[in-house]
Amino acid sequence: MESVGNIVIYFIIAIAIIVFSVLTVTSRRILRSATYLLFVLFATAGLYFQLGYEFLGAVQIAVYAGGILVLFVFAILLTSKPAAEAERLTTKKRWLGLTAAILGALVCGYALLSSSIFCGKTIDSVLNVDMQTIGHALMGTEKYQYLLPFEAVSILLLACIIGGVVVARKR
Amino acid sequence: MEITMYMYLIPSLIMFCCGVYGFITRKNMIAILISLELMLNAVDINFVVFNRFLFPGQMEGMIFTLFAIAIAAAETALAIAIIINIFRVVKNLDIRDITKMKF
Amino acid sequence: MEFSYTLAVLIIPILMFLFLGLVGMKLSNKVAGVIGTTAMGIVTAIAYAIAFTYFFGDSQGQVIDGVRQQLEVVNFTWLQFTDNLIIKLGVLLDPIAAMMLIVITTVSFMVHLYSLGYMKGEKGFQRYYAFLSLFTFSMLGLVVATNIFQMYIFWELVGVSSYLLIGFYYTKPAAVAASKKAFIVTRFADLGFLIGILILSFYTQTFDFLTLTSNPSSMISTASGATFMGCSVMAWALTLIFMGGAGKSAMFPLHIWLPDAMEGPTPVSALIHAATMVVAGVYLVARLFPLYACEVGVLEIITVIGAVTALYAAMVACVQSDIKRVLAFSTISQIAFMITSLGVARPEIHEGVGYMASMFHLFTHAMFKALLFLGAGAIIHAVHSNEVKDMGGLRKYMPICHITFLIGCLAIAGIPPFSGFFSKDEILVAAYSNSPLWGIWLTVVAGMTAFYMFRVYYLIFWWNNPDYGHHTPHESPATMTIPLIFLATVSIFAGFIPFGEFVSWNRETYTIHLNWTVATTSVLVALAGIALATKLYMKENKAPAAMADKVRGLWTAAYHRFYMDELYQFITHRIIFGCVSKPIAWFDRHIIDGTMDMLATVTNSASYAIRKLQSGSIQGYVMVYFVGVILLAVITYICLI
Repeated sequence: MESVGNIVIYFIIAIAIIVFSVLTVTSRRILRSATYLLFVLFATAGLYFQLGYEFLGAVQIAVYAGGILVLFVFAILLTSKPAAEAERLTTKKRWLGLTAAILGALVCGYALLSSSIFCGKTIDSVLNVDMQTIGHALMGTEKYQYLLPFEAVSILLLACIIGGVVVARKR
Repeated sequence: MEITMYMYLIPSLIMFCCGVYGFITRKNMIAILISLELMLNAVDINFVVFNRFLFPGQMEGMIFTLFAIAIAAAETALAIAIIINIFRVVKNLDIRDITKMKF
Repeated sequence: MEFSYTLAVLIIPILMFLFLGLVGMKLSNKVAGVIGTTAMGIVTAIAYAIAFTYFFGDSQGQVIDGVRQQLEVVNFTWLQFTDNLIIKLGVLLDPIAAMMLIVITTVSFMVHLYSLGYMKGEKGFQRYYAFLSLFTFSMLGLVVATNIFQMYIFWELVGVSSYLLIGFYYTKPAAVAASKKAFIVTRFADLGFLIGILILSFYTQTFDFLTLTSNPSSMISTASGATFMGCSVMAWALTLIFMGGAGKSAMFPLHIWLPDAMEGPTPVSALIHAATMVVAGVYLVARLFPLYACEVGVLEIITVIGAVTALYAAMVACVQSDIKRVLAFSTISQIAFMITSLGVARPEIHEGVGYMASMFHLFTHAMFKALLFLGAGAIIHAVHSNEVKDMGGLRKYMPICHITFLIGCLAIAGIPPFSGFFSKDEILVAAYSNSPLWGIWLTVVAGMTAFYMFRVYYLIFWWNNPDYGHHTPHESPATMTIPLIFLATVSIFAGFIPFGEFVSWNRETYTIHLNWTVATTSVLVALAGIALATKLYMKENKAPAAMADKVRGLWTAAYHRFYMDELYQFITHRIIFGCVSKPIAWFDRHIIDGTMDMLATVTNSASYAIRKLQSGSIQGYVMVYFVGVILLAVITYICLI
């Protein structure tokens, strides 16, 4: 039996995720979209905290909310006038998108609910994964340790920095 | 009341479908990118949830999410660089105008 | 190393070729010509110095125990494929190479000088000199080659430069056809040469001339037992190599390119198609003579081919009316003399005199035939025609040309004391010592030589006095007469060179004795030929036409070169093109190309049909992709249940 506080927090997070997701894609103004995305990302971080992944939650806030979103905001400010007229969706396209999304939701939802054996599973115990374990996992070369992907990602980021500079450079 | 696994998966599913909807309907390229981020985030949640509920003793899902976040950051940075570049050329971010890569 | 400057004779011409070829167009004609000629003069001086040092110097061990040594002056590894398969480049000096250096540079220098006058005002003057330099480079590289592969490379290079020079007047269709013909015929022969080289080197494991010829019998025995169609493999290899030589030296039946090659400028004919390139085949056989000496059968083949060619070409030369054609067939005939002479040479008979005689004749022939060609060039320059009917009585207009041409004719006819007499006499001695048949055969041909040369001489300088109209022929400028006078002088005195002391098959000193019986006979026969020519052609009369009418069939056949060209035409066009090439071409065009075209057409139309799918709209792609994913999920679900 969960504590009531936990359940309340869960519902707040879940509702925030759903509402802000919908708002993100339906909002006419692009800057608002980005702001709603920020809220979604915060809610996701809350989800991670609730599940006991503090490090992941922190990364989510720092990288996603702090890094990527700032990039978005900069890009938006660079490319559009703040008072620009919001875009209008054509009906046909909206229906098309709606159909696709609902179809996908139906298929996945059916798959989820029909396999209730493990979907009804509850958390045994919330164990915090401490920093030391994560550090060892990222820096080791044994089984379940990830030095190679870690380094690959670092190379990727480097390439991305260079690529970003090259692509965006004024000629 | 118990919090079961699908209670986490359903918000994530809705988030994903919102991403799909946004990707297909929006015209602004940055908005499309935002939708893409939504989808990625939904997938991340799934990883973490499966990790927590099914394999509580391990942390593969978490590590994977970690890398996914890093890659998403890289991808976004590059995509925005490209978008800004396109903007310089066509003075516009409407995806319908960027159809040079056809037959 | 004392002889290392030999490389200069190769480097200067190739640099000259590059210089004139690249920047020649920036220079005026005169400057380009003078530069080319000067460079050639320097090369000639160096070559003379080399030859002189080689024959008379005594410091570097050129002569050991009375044997002149073969010196590998330069030899570096160019390509090393395996331990055995090594291709080197270098310079080999031995008596025949040194002699060839003199011949080539002398004639080349004379031709350079002569061309200053002859080619004056021609379009592409600089290009002409560039090609002459290229040819000189290639030919010199050929004679100093240290191994058979290097020789092959330069062999092809002389072929190319010959092709370029024959086709010098590339706006003239006849010249273009002639250059193609020369190239294709010699290429065909070179195919045999290449196969021969490959067989030879496969069995002997070497390309090197020194290794091949220093111990020929052991080389021959390396392939003992290996036979093909009843002949030993070595015999095949040597025959095939000779085929290459025969192609270059225009031996019957590969001679057909040489008469047509006369479409090129006349000095080129003098240089390439009389004095130097066409004797490359003789030089090749001489170079490998120790090997040939071990395969007597091949030497007999060479003898027969040489003798047949000599007679055939002499007969054709008797009736031609184009003076350059006469000289061309005369060249074929004279080269056939050299080839026959090598063929009848046997080391055990008469100290291998045939080898020495062949080289001697090569030397003297180069001089007097270059003289004759240059003289003919001067005549053509004066009357603007190749046909004898447009000439006649020219002795009054062109005295220097007349005298020098007469000297050339006397030399080729073999009248003492002109040089041709001595060398031809040695060839006849060699032929008689091998077999009286060849001796008599060659004596007859020598008589015919005297006849046809004097026929053309009388037709040019005596015969009648045609009306030259407003442009009276006049003597050529000094740049053209000086080479004539020089070569005439050489042709008079070259016979007195004690040639045997310098060149012999085993490189020991050999003393030439005149065989008085042979000499007297040959001189008498030659005089008879001259007398006949004098009687028939000195004054314009009806006798030659009447004679031609009497043997109408033979005369026509000879005039048409015994229909050799027509035969080739028939074989290549009707049999090879008609029966082999055309069906293959049809198959290629309709079956192979057709299949490929069909594939391409189908692909093209298919992609055209579906290209609308690539709309360029990302959202459209994503839509399709997403629907596809959902469908896959549904299908999987259905299948799993």
